[in-house]
Amino acid sequence: MRNFKAIFKRELKSYFESPVAYVFIVIFLLATAGCTFFISRFFENRAATLEPFFMWHPWLYLFLVPAVGMRLWSEERKSGTIELLFTLPVTLGQALAGKFFAAWLFIGIALLLTFPMVVTVAYLGNPDFGLIFTSYLGSFLLAGGFLSVTCLFSAMSKNQVISFVLAVVACFAMLMLGVGVFTDFLNGFLPVWLSEAISAFSFFTHYQEFQRGLLDSRDLVYFISVIGFMLAANALVLERKKAE
Amino acid sequence: MIAVQSLTRHFGTIKAVDNISFTVNKGEILGFLGPNGAGKSTTMKMITTFLPPTSGTATVGGCDIIEQPLAVRGKIGYLPESSPSYRDMNVFDFLTFAAEVRGYDGDERFSRVKNIMETCNLKEVAWQQIDTLSKGFRQRVGFAQAFLHDPEYLILDEPTDGLDPNQKQEMRSLIRKMGREKCIILSTHILEEVEAICSRAIIIGEGKIVADGSPEELRSQSKLHGAISLELIDVDLKEAISALEKVQCVDKVVEIGSDFSGSPVAENGSGKKRLKLRLYPMSGKSIAQETARFIHQRSWQVDGFTVEKGDLNEVFYNLTRGGAPK
Repeated sequence: MRNFKAIFKRELKSYFESPVAYVFIVIFLLATAGCTFFISRFFENRAATLEPFFMWHPWLYLFLVPAVGMRLWSEERKSGTIELLFTLPVTLGQALAGKFFAAWLFIGIALLLTFPMVVTVAYLGNPDFGLIFTSYLGSFLLAGGFLSVTCLFSAMSKNQVISFVLAVVACFAMLMLGVGVFTDFLNGFLPVWLSEAISAFSFFTHYQEFQRGLLDSRDLVYFISVIGFMLAANALVLERKKAE
Repeated sequence: MIAVQSLTRHFGTIKAVDNISFTVNKGEILGFLGPNGAGKSTTMKMITTFLPPTSGTATVGGCDIIEQPLAVRGKIGYLPESSPSYRDMNVFDFLTFAAEVRGYDGDERFSRVKNIMETCNLKEVAWQQIDTLSKGFRQRVGFAQAFLHDPEYLILDEPTDGLDPNQKQEMRSLIRKMGREKCIILSTHILEEVEAICSRAIIIGEGKIVADGSPEELRSQSKLHGAISLELIDVDLKEAISALEKVQCVDKVVEIGSDFSGSPVAENGSGKKRLKLRLYPMSGKSIAQETARFIHQRSWQVDGFTVEKGDLNEVFYNLTRGGAPK
């Protein structure tokens, strides 16, 4: 636990010691606000709901989360600090978890800083706070899912750009599996049960449930198991590739 | 004690390390020598549990590197090649992080970090970002990190690489000082360094151990070992050579130039004839006494008389020639 804490702290601190954190937070806040107010026309809707705010999250995360996570292992491998890290008395699991949760919390902090949206909608009308809570939870879990995919690809390449591009493509695929256009397309030639099974693997499908205000254990289990699976794969890749 | 037992590591079809076995005891400073790509770093990475061996194993203080990697890591201080560190951190934070992972808390952590910064002369840069430091300082940060927990075993991959001569000297005296109560393995390709600090040297070529012994023992494998370099004044060349060749146990006599490579260079100094000769002994024999007595009998004028210890460079070259696979 001590080692987890040490790595977690170091990692989180390193975000705030470099400009990455501030660039990310500013861009994230500007982009969410911009999309909500200018594209979704939040005010013109005249509805006290944050749906036009949360609907953009998957598409913003698609680029922003890989940008946050791409350095996690690529940089360690490139600069050789991975050799230092794994010759300290630290287990692979501690290092993996420390890094992942630090990055996740960092995104969580950025997400929390969107609270003026909640204040705005509460000031203007009578929103459903339960719905807002599940939406935030869904958004945070979605970010964790994206981040775990990014971690995996970050371990695969020493080059951050390659890690980023691969992670974006993979996240995009995980998202699109559940988006209406794509499931309709699948329905055209696949039996319904199969296309539904495929879309059940999508981040999007489960994210949508949270946006409806549903707190279903299946969706929680989905995100947690995706994260667990990706981190396990990450461990395997690291074990094989760390010394290259 | 570090005991390495038939350690082997393949990378694809390349045998980077091929069945290496040796032991290092407390109080020894083992120098790991070899051309680039000979397998020095790979061996060190396996001993420090970073890289799993293809076959074979090693124990560090009784702990197996495969069975108990965490225990091994706890006992070892390791300076990886080119001493990587988290460049975006400052020196103090970085060392504090290392101390935390090594299991120190609170006041003890603080005092450990403070002490090690003193030992390694890092106090003046404590709050500087590692990225902005010079190579010498970065190396010292790496060294501080390795030595923080006062480990019994130190493994240093090219500790003086990239340092200036003063820093090298400093680093060497630090290592020598620690060597008395620790067990140290260091790799280098600077031969003078081995002579200066190591009590024992292992030369590896193409992943195999090709020589193992004290620097003196290795030097004695040199052709030059036990040879005598003579400077005579006003003695005829041919006469001297034919006379000296008759001295007991002398194998051959050659004229040498001022460079000791063995190429004959004629030399004429201010009127007087100055003659430089080298006498090679028959293998395993000592010729110093006999030669001195002989010269004394002839009452030749001697300007120089050196018994050669042997040349580590030559030994190294002969053992590892053609041995750089990469």
